[in-house]
Amino acid sequence: MKKDIILAGVGGQGILSIATIIGEAALNQGLRIKQAEVHGMSQRGGDVQSNLRISSEPILSDLIPLKGADIIISLEPMEALRYLPFLAEDGWIVTNSEPFINIPNYPDINDVMAELGKVRNVVSLDVDKIAKDCGNARAANMVLLGAATPYLGMEPEKIEAGIERIFSKKGREVVELNIKALRAGRGVAESK
Amino acid sequence: MKKKLLLLGDEAIALAAVNAGISGVYAYPGTPSTEITEFIQGNVAAKERGVHSKWCTNEKTAMEAALGVSYVGKRALVCMKHVGMNVAADAFVNSGITGANGGIVVVAADDPSMHSSQNEQDSRFYGKFAFIPVMEPSNQQEAYEMTAYAFELSEKMKTPVLLRVTTRMAHSRAVVEFEDRMESHDEIRIPANPMDWVLLPANSRRRYMEVLALNEELEEMAVGSRFNSYIDGQDKSMGIIACGIAYNYLMENMKGGCKHPVLKISQYPVPRKLVRKMASECKSVLVLEEGQPLLEELLRGLLDNGVKVMGRLSGEVPRTGELNADNIKPALGLGEKPSEKIPQVVVNRPPALCQGCGHRDVYASLNEALKDYPDHRVFSDIGCYTLGALPPFRAIHSCVDMGASITMAKGAADAGLFPAVAVIGDSTFTHSGITGLLDAVNSNASITVVISDNLTTGMTGGQDSAGTGKLERICEAVGVEKEHIRVVVPLAKNMEEIKSVIREELNYKGVSVIIPRRECIQTFNRKARQKKAQQEK
Repeated sequence: MKKDIILAGVGGQGILSIATIIGEAALNQGLRIKQAEVHGMSQRGGDVQSNLRISSEPILSDLIPLKGADIIISLEPMEALRYLPFLAEDGWIVTNSEPFINIPNYPDINDVMAELGKVRNVVSLDVDKIAKDCGNARAANMVLLGAATPYLGMEPEKIEAGIERIFSKKGREVVELNIKALRAGRGVAESK
Repeated sequence: MKKKLLLLGDEAIALAAVNAGISGVYAYPGTPSTEITEFIQGNVAAKERGVHSKWCTNEKTAMEAALGVSYVGKRALVCMKHVGMNVAADAFVNSGITGANGGIVVVAADDPSMHSSQNEQDSRFYGKFAFIPVMEPSNQQEAYEMTAYAFELSEKMKTPVLLRVTTRMAHSRAVVEFEDRMESHDEIRIPANPMDWVLLPANSRRRYMEVLALNEELEEMAVGSRFNSYIDGQDKSMGIIACGIAYNYLMENMKGGCKHPVLKISQYPVPRKLVRKMASECKSVLVLEEGQPLLEELLRGLLDNGVKVMGRLSGEVPRTGELNADNIKPALGLGEKPSEKIPQVVVNRPPALCQGCGHRDVYASLNEALKDYPDHRVFSDIGCYTLGALPPFRAIHSCVDMGASITMAKGAADAGLFPAVAVIGDSTFTHSGITGLLDAVNSNASITVVISDNLTTGMTGGQDSAGTGKLERICEAVGVEKEHIRVVVPLAKNMEEIKSVIREELNYKGVSVIIPRRECIQTFNRKARQKKAQQEK
């Protein structure tokens, strides 16, 4: 088993919490992982990414090679496109459809979506709206993770168990809300 | 009993140091080294044992305090980013001559590709320069094991040890397996020959000879080190030397084994015997090293008349920037896979000052106040506020090193520039700005210094700032006139007041200090969240 995952977004959006849960689920299944993160200057509203590598075999490079990513999970549509050179030919992009505009020259969102449309395997969804509908605007990450679940090569229960373990300190209610958001995201992906 | 944890490279080093029984970690925050100290600050065992982990004012004070720990026979860890090595260099290089008593490990976290830095200097040069052995882990497990080994090596060979990591090593997580047991090194043990630590010329000359002899022993140890390995291969048309993390990028391309001989180097001084073996058996040698071409240059030499050497200097490997599994492919004779281009619609998204950040109000008012002075120059410094160079503010004209704002403004004023303004953060000011301010006061330079005080070390994630609550008193004690130390609150509603304060001080022929003070919006929000969480409990 091998999954190379690029997590993308804008500094402050919280891509690392997605990585943490996938990582937790992977570790619990006895898989190896490497996760390269971005700390420092670009966290201040710049583009950020994390390379998450999961494998049953030893992992060497901390970075995913070009055309190596099985999936790009992005909290922002333009940011998903930034890592296109890393996407494997049969790889998937799972992205939030809502732009995060903190620069004056952000392109026309229609152009961004058109460009995404050219990619072979894409799931795009408004995770912010779905999270709100689930009653927790802050669980947008979990909606996105849910939408990515079918392509992660792990059973959804394993991911849910990861959420349980990571959020259990914060109480039952938080766990439930996040799992609800996760399932909602998965539902959207599966219906597409 | 063995335990497993998912750790950043930085955290693996920190945990190993705690388990090696350090008395303290001494550091100034700097990406990508910050998480080492933060891990120790949050480590329960370290807390229980009273391991010192308070941030130091700068890298030099950190290195020196650690030397004090070593002097009394205990263990200390020192951490900094690569450019911090320049600040600590006086202490570091001379520690090569004093040697160590208690184990002392200095971590330099280099930043090739300059993700968060102003250059990509390679700290291995410092090791060579100071005759201090260098360890360079290739993965997180090695980072743990090497840290433990480095303390042993330091005590056995009576020398500080430099542990060099790079951004990817520091900021990438993997599972680390370790023996869950803590060493104790708690006895005070004064150096056997205390004169080693008195670097008067007569002592230094003696020590220098000893250090040179020691260096040969250290090289022998590097030859036999379990962290260095020579893996033979059939195809001797090329031998490959891979240093530190470059080994991973090589092996990522060589799944199932490499047909060429491979020398993995993770412990220095360079094990020449192993390099010679490769050079004598192979037609050419490819050097893969993260950072600058230290080894390649050594191999090539000035005469470049030995074995064919390939690497960053010869162009087979990119001359600058981080290595990765892709950009070393041409050097390995592997074709680069044609990959998709980044679509044109994607634009750059540079980092920016946060919404609600006080530095924003500082620059907004400064730009307004300086409008009347087209010849003005604003010398700035290292921190979040360096982002003031970018749109929409474009407010600053320099950023060189920690503290250079005040001294460059002084130099420019000395040379006749008016108005000469310095913008420096509170943490950078105490790191390296105070001495410069004293220079300015002593020559009554006509400069306006803005100490933009957000009560934290912001860029690295909100660590304590050494000068919090003391800035006015420091400035006054250095000799700035009390009436020219002005404190304002950088909020939009105070804009008129701030502008008039700036204008007044610009016109003062002497040193004035303006301190716009408002808590960093990030630490403010974090505290608010923590408070809310506590109330909910």
